[in-house]
Amino acid sequence: MSVSFLISQAKSVQKVIDENSAEIEVLDQKIGDGDHIFNIQRGLKLVVELEDAIKDLPLAKALNMIAMKVLSGIGGSSGALFGTFFMTMAKSSDLDKDVDFNKACEMIISGIKAMKERGKADVGEKTMMDVLLPVSEKLNELKNESEFKPGLNEVIKIAEERMLSTKDMLATKGRASFLGERAKGHIDPGARSSQLIIDTICKSVINN
Amino acid sequence: MKKFINNNDDFLKESLTGFGKAHSDIINVNLDPSFVSRKNKTKDGKVSLISGGGSGHEPMHGGFVGHGMLDAACPGFVFSAPTPDQMQAAAEHVDSGAGVLFIVKNYSGDIMNFEMGAEMYSGKNDSIITNDDVAVEDSTFTIGRRGVAATVLVEKIVGSLAEHSGTLEECKKLGEKVNKNAGTMGVAFTSCTVPAAGKPTFDIGDDEMEFGVGIHGEPGRKREKIQPSKTIVGNILEAILDNLKPEKNEKNLLFVNGMGGTPLTELYLVYEDACQILQSKGIQVTKSLVGNYCTSLEMQGASITLLKCDDEILKHWDAPVHTAAMRWGM
Repeated sequence: MSVSFLISQAKSVQKVIDENSAEIEVLDQKIGDGDHIFNIQRGLKLVVELEDAIKDLPLAKALNMIAMKVLSGIGGSSGALFGTFFMTMAKSSDLDKDVDFNKACEMIISGIKAMKERGKADVGEKTMMDVLLPVSEKLNELKNESEFKPGLNEVIKIAEERMLSTKDMLATKGRASFLGERAKGHIDPGARSSQLIIDTICKSVINN
Repeated sequence: MKKFINNNDDFLKESLTGFGKAHSDIINVNLDPSFVSRKNKTKDGKVSLISGGGSGHEPMHGGFVGHGMLDAACPGFVFSAPTPDQMQAAAEHVDSGAGVLFIVKNYSGDIMNFEMGAEMYSGKNDSIITNDDVAVEDSTFTIGRRGVAATVLVEKIVGSLAEHSGTLEECKKLGEKVNKNAGTMGVAFTSCTVPAAGKPTFDIGDDEMEFGVGIHGEPGRKREKIQPSKTIVGNILEAILDNLKPEKNEKNLLFVNGMGGTPLTELYLVYEDACQILQSKGIQVTKSLVGNYCTSLEMQGASITLLKCDDEILKHWDAPVHTAAMRWGM
């Protein structure tokens, strides 16, 4: 993981999220209040715009700037959760050394753990954690393997299955929880956007 | 979408700037990070009250900054929780040594961002969470009920106690009492349109209403055919009374709140219907508030809040207040 990797991933994710924005917006309007996609898009735009400011910085500093930008520029649940994610990544030790696959996995795992604590949500509550927590578990299995590309295909599959599984869940966290039975039958918009992010990044790592 | 708008990115900034100019005798508007604060610095030793939330509910919360109510308000983007740096900056700006009480509506995003703001702020602080919406069943399996219009009453009543030298602990205790004594339920006839979305949040037929709607256009209890006002008001009150169970000799405040697109003529009609129904059940209404205080952009609809009042609540309700949206006694 490097600063240029982060910037290029942010650009790819931005493209994919923009392509799927209409779908996510509709999902959120069905069970939320419709702000999720705008928050994610605003956040990605702000991160991509940071390119000139962070491209020559050490990784820890760049992650910290991304965290602060996400935290202060997005708002809503997404801002707090993704801000927490990047802040936790920035606090990892030894970021001045080479960040290999193992180290990157550990950073992502600790970032997702911090998101779980901030949002107080677990698997089965119809939120983005339904995708992120199983992905984190899989990365924990994969992190020590020298040939990790086949494993990343499994991560892609897990993310997709878990995203789809939110469709029949009752929400017990987030704004959809106020709907009770009426939230059933719709995929959680946060689970969908998280799955798209994971899908994009894993594919890019596999193809490089 | 038909709105007064130049471009979406500047929507909030331009509106806040105008708000600051229009009420420059009462408040200041700070941008980057955005917060509204009193024009005159909070007096030393007074507990500072800070609220905030997504924009689109005006006059809540910026319109309640001023003497006898809030010290600062942090507006997020339309219907999105504000960010932690806003709460931190507002707290640093207004804290006068007696601590900060954050008043937060019960939504995941608001709670997380206020929590982070409170963690980033080094001074003494505490929070209260409002959750007065009886449309949502309260159970251990959800994050609980939504915080809606009663937040206005909490801010007014606790604001008075803070002005009268209440400590941080006393302010929190009174705020929790007001929240617990209040129940709200709303009905929407039309949707609202978030500027960034450009189209209505939900589709609703010309002859339909959303019963138990949230203040962001979230679905409520059920979709129904529209009915005469008395029937709608009766159904709302039934849900509230089921929940609050006021005693016959208890005094109550009746608050009819417009969602932004319903004229005052209709809101007063709702008030009259509600008074008649409550009277027929032997429930006393001793205080009133009617108007657009906790809105959902241009949504047509209204919510009704009933607040059970003891002497402490009544005293602080009547106390002087001077804000952009609420003013009496001074």
